[in-house]
Amino acid sequence: MYRYDEFDQQLVNERVAQFRGQVGRRLSGELTEDEFKPLRLMNGVYLQLHAYMLRIAVPYGTLSSKQLRMLAHVGRKYDRGYGHFTTRQNLQFNWPALKDMPDLLAELASVEMHAIQTSGNCIRNVTSDQYAGAAKNEIEDPRIVSEIIRQWSTFHPEFSFLPRKFKIAVSGTPDDRAAIRVHDIGIQIVQNGKGEIGYEIYVGGGLGRTPMIGKKIAGFVPKEDLLAYLEAVMRVYNMYGRRDNIYKARIKILVHEIGVEEMTRQVEAEFAELRKAGALHLPQEEVARIEAYFRPPSHENLPDDSAELNKAVLADRGFANWVKSNVAQHKVPGYAIVNISLKPIGGVPGDCTSDQMDAVADIAEKYSFDELRVTHEQNLTLAHVRKKDLHAVYELLKAHDLATPNIGLITDQIACPGLDYCALANARSIPLAQQISERFADIERQHEIGELKINTSGCINACGHHHVGHIGILGVDKKGVEYYQVTLGGAADEKTAIGDIVGRAFTEDEVVDAIETIVTTYIGVRQNGERFIDTYRRVGIDPFKESLYETH
Amino acid sequence: MAQHTRKGAQFQALTANRLSDGIVVYLAADDRWSESLQDSDVAEGKEAADALLARATPSVDRNEVVEPYLFEVSREDGGIRAVSVRETIRQAGPTVRRDLGKQAELAGVHD
Repeated sequence: MYRYDEFDQQLVNERVAQFRGQVGRRLSGELTEDEFKPLRLMNGVYLQLHAYMLRIAVPYGTLSSKQLRMLAHVGRKYDRGYGHFTTRQNLQFNWPALKDMPDLLAELASVEMHAIQTSGNCIRNVTSDQYAGAAKNEIEDPRIVSEIIRQWSTFHPEFSFLPRKFKIAVSGTPDDRAAIRVHDIGIQIVQNGKGEIGYEIYVGGGLGRTPMIGKKIAGFVPKEDLLAYLEAVMRVYNMYGRRDNIYKARIKILVHEIGVEEMTRQVEAEFAELRKAGALHLPQEEVARIEAYFRPPSHENLPDDSAELNKAVLADRGFANWVKSNVAQHKVPGYAIVNISLKPIGGVPGDCTSDQMDAVADIAEKYSFDELRVTHEQNLTLAHVRKKDLHAVYELLKAHDLATPNIGLITDQIACPGLDYCALANARSIPLAQQISERFADIERQHEIGELKINTSGCINACGHHHVGHIGILGVDKKGVEYYQVTLGGAADEKTAIGDIVGRAFTEDEVVDAIETIVTTYIGVRQNGERFIDTYRRVGIDPFKESLYETH
Repeated sequence: MAQHTRKGAQFQALTANRLSDGIVVYLAADDRWSESLQDSDVAEGKEAADALLARATPSVDRNEVVEPYLFEVSREDGGIRAVSVRETIRQAGPTVRRDLGKQAELAGVHD
């Protein structure tokens, strides 16, 4: 993985020192809250419902064991012994004190971590595929481009005061695990007929109160032109994006209002200008330097079939279930990708205790080349595990309640912090996810239901990605009482779709039964081999509406 | 200042976050900030509520608290209760991870 050079480290250290001074001046009263608030937000410090919240960047979801151990330490020393992995592959702590923040950030800086650009109207943490470097059909490791964008966008003066926040996601495989079409810019790595690698660019995707699917504005941007092309997009947005209305300030509104043809024309014109000036041609030696950090680890030469694995699958039913749902194919024979579920039955999606972090760090160090990934679905991934080690890894994970065999199943839900933590939320998300998890706890039943993604958000800002859940749940407030609106048919993969609202909202007491009714209806009408989303696309919303509302 | 109360609320209390650690606090009758809602001064009617809110200003100026606002409460069984789900959670911690923090100490509020 990428290691800081002297410039990266100096930059982060200087930011810690600067923020230390700012916190000191705020506590002494030299700075007012109005003066200080934008400064703390630039360092990922929010004031939430109960206390300050710190959002720490995990660039494109990649962490070393050492970094995860530091997060565990921070959780113990400055917080309450656990953190929360988010849909942007970041980590949030819920109760750090402002007065401790400079020391906390200094500790993070010692392991090449920070909270810069995790808030504010700038280019946020770049997100990517958790299977990067391990996926079978990968065209190029998406972390290379992600890291180049990270360096380009960090403290970029022209893009530090955008009309609104800006999120970029990169996928290196045709299967999209990074939800690139619901980002401000989605980058799909592609290969042309000549075998050259380039980038397909989607612009104007996003969730929130106005969900939009990104529109393709370029089919093949050559490698050396990527930053110039992105800069062209950013300039068009910076120039024409609305600053008069926060709800209309995202690039998706601009693309929607002027249309994709006009957006493409504007970007192409800006791109032509940039090329004329000769700026921002990505130097090959710099690309090569960054590429070197993402060279595949030294995999052993192994047969693809593992006798140890086959034996353990036959002997241990729990392990067999886990392999079935949590283990994915690896491009190297004899290796596998392990997904660690942070969705124990009845647990809080994305929460991870400091002890669990230490355990995962140890497992990653011993069994997966000392690194791991955070997924946008709030789980963790060990990208390079030998098949013959899978049972040992499973046993270690199980000892820390980290071996729930439910990846991609109904209890593997995304949920935002909701009203339990968030100052913006209208309703709680987590307890709902917990109730659904408990209702569908039976693993045999989960496998019988098959792939089904339930995403819950506690308000229209959609941090829980409810619009793109196969079943989406949105919490709303009606005169101080929580209600939940259900959508069906959303998807965040290469066939991205925004879900359809099924009907009137449900009370907290009704909503789990409603989910059960939806699942039962699906089972009743599905045809052989269909996943929930396939059935929904075939039959539409009517059978679900009927079963949910007509009997009431 | 944010408002999280209903117009025409009969009883209101005043809350804020402590600057140094962000912890939720309530203004008590003696103008000190308490971590317990039960210590909070309760204003009845609009005029008293406005006066209660005005009492936050010196603490804000002294950099003790940030983001003060009024919210609706009720008096029940000799105690003070937040009316909305939001303020109940703010008072008694998240409704999850009941093993920790205020939600463990104030068992019963969320039940």
